[in-house]
Amino acid sequence: MSVQEVLPLNGVVTEHSGYYRADHLLVAEMVKPGSKVLDVGCGDGDLLQLLETRGIDGRGIELSREGVNRCVAKGLAVVQGDADTDLVNYPDDAFDYVILSQTLQATRQPRVVLENLLRIGHRAIVSFPNFGYWKMRLQLLIGGHMPRTENLPATWYDTTNIHFCTIKDFVELCDAIGVKMERAEALDLYGRPLRLRLPWWVWNLFGEQGVFLLSRGGRKS
Amino acid sequence: MVGVKSIPSPAISADDRSHEVDHPSSEVAHFGANQPLPLDCGIDLSPFQIAYQTYGELNAERSNAVLICHALTGDQHVANVHPVTGKPGWWDTLVGPGRPLDPSRYFIICANVIGGCMGSTGPASINPATGKVWGLDFPVITIPDMVRAQAMLIDRLGIDTLFAVVGGSMGGMQVLQWTAAYPGRVFSALAIACSTRHSAQNIAFHELGRQAVMADPDWHNGRYTDHRIHPHRGLAVARMAAHITYLSDAALHRKFGRRMQDRELPTFSFDADFQVESYLRYQGSSFVERFDANSYLYLTRAMDYFDIAADHDGVLAKAFAGIQTRFCVVSFTSDWLFPTSESRALVHALNASSARVSFAEIETDRGHDAFLLDVPEFFDISRAFLQSAGKARGLTSKGD
Repeated sequence: MSVQEVLPLNGVVTEHSGYYRADHLLVAEMVKPGSKVLDVGCGDGDLLQLLETRGIDGRGIELSREGVNRCVAKGLAVVQGDADTDLVNYPDDAFDYVILSQTLQATRQPRVVLENLLRIGHRAIVSFPNFGYWKMRLQLLIGGHMPRTENLPATWYDTTNIHFCTIKDFVELCDAIGVKMERAEALDLYGRPLRLRLPWWVWNLFGEQGVFLLSRGGRKS
Repeated sequence: MVGVKSIPSPAISADDRSHEVDHPSSEVAHFGANQPLPLDCGIDLSPFQIAYQTYGELNAERSNAVLICHALTGDQHVANVHPVTGKPGWWDTLVGPGRPLDPSRYFIICANVIGGCMGSTGPASINPATGKVWGLDFPVITIPDMVRAQAMLIDRLGIDTLFAVVGGSMGGMQVLQWTAAYPGRVFSALAIACSTRHSAQNIAFHELGRQAVMADPDWHNGRYTDHRIHPHRGLAVARMAAHITYLSDAALHRKFGRRMQDRELPTFSFDADFQVESYLRYQGSSFVERFDANSYLYLTRAMDYFDIAADHDGVLAKAFAGIQTRFCVVSFTSDWLFPTSESRALVHALNASSARVSFAEIETDRGHDAFLLDVPEFFDISRAFLQSAGKARGLTSKGD
């Protein structure tokens, strides 16, 4: 993941700014200070640490034992668990935000996971790699092989990512299950947000990843 | 006749052990007739006493107290030389200068449990009504009874809220009972290799141990002290069986394999030919030097009865509803006595209660005993959890 050093972010005061991932900084900006957050697939806990600098009560779930233990050793409230099977154990409305960062494409049932995120949290923040990104399209069109990028270097037989989608696909899923999009951002390869007010097809072509702030109550189509 | 060697008699005399029962080498809190301990079985235990050790100083705000709960065969001598065996404290890997629980930072308390045999009132103590040892006249106690007694001790020490309650195995059960019974008095809880209920398999192993004790003719229906004898063979067998459950197949194989003990060839006898046999016999015979047989019956029973959910309509999450305590739950991959699945069930219940919980499973082949051994990853996690809780509690010290 690329390192973002210049994205301005109110409230983030840390000696480590510049080492945070671009999508993490954007996510942190979307979360209201003082709220309660569950980070699903929290990895080494970098995002949770960033959120804690903003006075946010953060909890995490992580699949890998090594990741969990590194998080707990940082003093974070993280448990070992699987987004596909363990979200059902959380009660309704337990969190203000539930974050799924770069993990949706690795779940077995993305739709069920998304529904659970918005059952547990009042809002969900979801980021994922955009398979409609032009480099991806080009590799498939010209190269004739499954795309690999700097951020997704695994071969098709090694990857844990089993449910890739495009930004357009994701927007259609949100419409289908009645999820309201409060905010959408597309980031370029270097994690910089694309300029606003561009048509969807531009985002779907030039956004390397999408970051969405979602809430309940969109219209089901 | 085929050669056979029985388990040797204890090297330490029974008098040394029984002296600790009534006159422990620890601080003792006495609770008189005006302060009975109400037990789950319906009996008020009175008078009674609690023997405890402390390390470090209570700060002016009384906010740095840590209660350590010991396991089945442990005692209050966490980090000092044991008065009977002369061995180092059983958890001096976790407690001590530079350790995760540093006495320069925390006021650390560990009390012998009610029903124990190292100075707190138990079946080996003198029954004031008869002037004789309680024996089986001692009422059956439970984990909640132990915790109720500890809460009385904490009151006596003038402490309202414990910064942390820490324990593994039966100690972990007490940690969980503390949070369920006194959620407002526990700021953080470190529960290691434990469960909210004792499993059928664990009850079965305990029954095996108890039957071994009771099958020893020296047990005399629990009145062995009247005969100035101790059922050391039965208790040693109970300990040997239990000790196997604290280890793992992989750890036994790594430590002993099929290696012979001080010999090249089998002796074609029932002597301890294999190293693993010799090790188990040593574990059995050294245990009986410091532990009372009746106490072993009572404490295993207390663990068997433990089931937090049963006290809350069968719904574990109800036990922790609205709890503010910060939890850290730790399990070990090769622990088959308190397997990770038990910890995971606890974590699910805590999640459902929206409690702040960390849960780590640590990879080791050392079985249940891992919590007492030098496992650096476990110490790192304990240290980080306590430090982060300390920050939230406003505890400061040099080194922060």
